[in-house]
Amino acid sequence: MAANMKAVKLRIKSVQSTMQITKAMELVASSKLRRAKERSDQCRPYFRELHQTLVDIAEGNTDFSSAYAKPSSNERCCYVVIAGDRGLAGGYNSNLFKKLEAAAGDNRDYVVLPIGKKAVEYFQRKKIEILTEEFATVANISVADCFEIARLLCREYREGRFGHIELCYTEFVSMLSQRPEVYPMLPLTDLESVSSDASGADVSDGAGQDAGSGNGQKKSVHDLILYEPDSSEVFDAIVPEYLGGFIYGGICDAVASELAARRNAMEAATSNAEEMIEKLNLSYNRARQSSITTEITEIVAGAEGVG
Amino acid sequence: MSSFPLKIGTPDGLLFEGDAERVVCRTITGDLAILAGHCNYCTAIGMGEAHVVFGDGTTRYAACIGGMLSVMNGTCRVLATTWEWKEDIDKNRAEDAKRRAEERLARQGLTDQEYANATAKLQRALVRLSVKQ
Repeated sequence: MAANMKAVKLRIKSVQSTMQITKAMELVASSKLRRAKERSDQCRPYFRELHQTLVDIAEGNTDFSSAYAKPSSNERCCYVVIAGDRGLAGGYNSNLFKKLEAAAGDNRDYVVLPIGKKAVEYFQRKKIEILTEEFATVANISVADCFEIARLLCREYREGRFGHIELCYTEFVSMLSQRPEVYPMLPLTDLESVSSDASGADVSDGAGQDAGSGNGQKKSVHDLILYEPDSSEVFDAIVPEYLGGFIYGGICDAVASELAARRNAMEAATSNAEEMIEKLNLSYNRARQSSITTEITEIVAGAEGVG
Repeated sequence: MSSFPLKIGTPDGLLFEGDAERVVCRTITGDLAILAGHCNYCTAIGMGEAHVVFGDGTTRYAACIGGMLSVMNGTCRVLATTWEWKEDIDKNRAEDAKRRAEERLARQGLTDQEYANATAKLQRALVRLSVKQ
């Protein structure tokens, strides 16, 4: 009995120290999360406006002289994947990779630009072509780095190494829910196909005059856009900016999501540990009681024997 | 004068959302003013001074670097990489940046990348200083 008691006691101790760690991680994650959430909230309007503008442009664009604007014949896709630097964040990383794999389908011929150590490790293990590992730690990526990434992507895109660029990151919906998403970024015609799907659903209750127009048909004549000096020059200038801004927005969201996911996971772990300790305490007390009972019985029996 | 909805955003947040009478900013081809009733329009922003005349007639100056300007169905969006209101510009910091960039440019044996970075830094500092003065 004494051995059992000791084992239970040891176990309680080990669970307690694990709980201490998870609790500490939870606190760290929530204090970091506050800052990350602020950053993501601040960046979100810009991100949304940027996306909306580009969608508007993609919808109204009739000029396909720029490489960024015309539909691509190259089927190869480049995914910019923003994952976490560390694990212990519940399903944060694996959900993202699952989403990516679902988006890529059976086609395994794609390039990735991983951001975050977990993403780098994952794609190395999967032996998928990696564009660059320069931006491995998501925590210390600045706006300037994002623009650097965008320039690199644009260069490779123009050289024809891939024909599509998509951004894969975890969207921060709320403290309790984070959703992995894949967004097309280039060429601009990809944006259009997504937006027409979405607007088709939105418009259906309203006027509905645009809902029928597919990709080929442009909405209407008054949507024509004037580009100055000309569309290809404008696109050459704004597309890198747009990619950079978009990636930065994605990173802000992804960092907040990672911390929120970690906080939730650690919260769950802490409460599980508490539950376990309670159970173990119960069995410890039971073992203690039964050992005392045995002792008393032994003493009583011994005393009777002597008497 | 009639006004139009204007949004000014940078990666650091949405700086302004409201009505404006006029937006003037430097694009890649030169200065440009947007008034109410502009047709759908899109251009890239260069580096330089910008100013906005708000609906109530007040004018604010700013340093504006990079990004895009678009007018869509009457709404003007200025999505800049950097947009700093004149009163928010830190003059000492800009002067320091200018000095550092000049020192770097004076050095020998820079790689193309370093040279480009230093020139860009110098240009940004000069734009800030010229707006501030």
